[in-house]
Amino acid sequence: MQIPAPFDYVRASSVDNALALLDRYGAESRVVAGGHSLLPMMKLRLARPEWLIDINDLFELDYMLVDGQVLRIGAMTRHTALLESDDVQRLFPIITDAERVIADPIVRNRGTIGGSLCQADPAEDLSTVCHVLEAVAVVRGPAGERMLSMTEFHRGPYETAVGQNELLIEVRIPIRTRSGSAYEKVERRVGDWAVAAAGASVSLAADGTISHAAVGLTAVGLDRNVSEVDPVLLGQVPAEQLFVEAGRLAGLACDPLADQRGPVDYKRHLADELTRRVLRVACSRAATSAAHTTTDTTQEG
Amino acid sequence: MQISMTINGTDVTREIEPRVLLVHFIRDDLRLTGTHWGCDTTNCGTCVVLMDGQPVKSCTVLAAMADGHAITTVEGLADGATLDPVQQGFMEEHGLQCGFCTPGMMLTARALLDHNPHPEPLEIREAISGQICRCTGYATIVRSIQWAAEHPAGSAKTNPEADAEATPEATEEEVTA
Repeated sequence: MQIPAPFDYVRASSVDNALALLDRYGAESRVVAGGHSLLPMMKLRLARPEWLIDINDLFELDYMLVDGQVLRIGAMTRHTALLESDDVQRLFPIITDAERVIADPIVRNRGTIGGSLCQADPAEDLSTVCHVLEAVAVVRGPAGERMLSMTEFHRGPYETAVGQNELLIEVRIPIRTRSGSAYEKVERRVGDWAVAAAGASVSLAADGTISHAAVGLTAVGLDRNVSEVDPVLLGQVPAEQLFVEAGRLAGLACDPLADQRGPVDYKRHLADELTRRVLRVACSRAATSAAHTTTDTTQEG
Repeated sequence: MQISMTINGTDVTREIEPRVLLVHFIRDDLRLTGTHWGCDTTNCGTCVVLMDGQPVKSCTVLAAMADGHAITTVEGLADGATLDPVQQGFMEEHGLQCGFCTPGMMLTARALLDHNPHPEPLEIREAISGQICRCTGYATIVRSIQWAAEHPAGSAKTNPEADAEATPEATEEEVTA
């Protein structure tokens, strides 16, 4: 029977209250959101907090709203809500793609975007997605709010820049016009961690060339972004040859470990193949988005 | 610590240790053993219960986290002598053999049909994809849920175990009161 070691439990009533509790209980306290990473770790004694601060009553952090050219997602937004959001599907199909393959539908009812990002598991999908979309993490503490890029936010496996007395409260994703994005994962079975996964976001200029691109990989030993690929894509017209070259570079750039999910060469192959696939879909979605943008402009004109 | 919640429509209040998982609270404290305890690792889904109408894996939810919420277990599916259409569907379409995964499967099916009364077979498969059945190969489970979708009012059959308790075992104080 897997039962966590003893701890004291307290339920926070607001963000300010959660911060006060973190301040009061200090280094031996941990925040629990959906609990689907932390509770398994507590069962295995990989985590052993003395105080558990439950933030599931913080409905003030459960929202998605389009605010000008930014999509703001509250940290307590559940995976299921992200998966079912029309705004998310329209603006960032990469999130919908990823959410469809994150854990299983029942786990997605509990898990949150904030919890996923703070867990910072190297095989976690939304972290790659947020890197690719150049999201900003809003972290609140006693001294006020800090805005962190994903590179600043993620310090390494299971490690983030969120301080002991701070709380991730929001994720902000910049909305780009004429853009498309996609995510694809290979997993052994539903609910397993990725053998490998890739995400891409692409924006097109008026002449149809790629004006902005980002590719990220999950679970293959990189800090999410494959920076080697972006310069090759910029200024080019989307074409199969380009995707093949990007895939080749991604396969070379990654640094996977052999484990029960597969040997190194298989994972490199996946990095290559999945990079091609997500670029293909992202470019096609960007072209559709660009067509809509042009139509809208014509109608407005 | 003291927690209160609604289980199958009945209010319960108990003193618990904060580390008690919801599945053990339901089985050991409330003596509602229809909820099964399986892998303990959020994989198999036999411990699924509904929390405010949404399926959750009760081995990965603390009983303390369910404080103030409404929980439905498999014992709460039937309405007295009338089986839930999902339960009837599992009988009609042979949705179980050993029955170990069945409580979780049926609760997920109930939540799916409440949310989407006419699911496609693929949507049913997706809904139960976080649960494991080692007997039926899933085909009969999918057919059982389809049967329930096609018979939202169920059939006239009655619950052969209508006498079984759907309510948690009362504590001594509750009985006295």
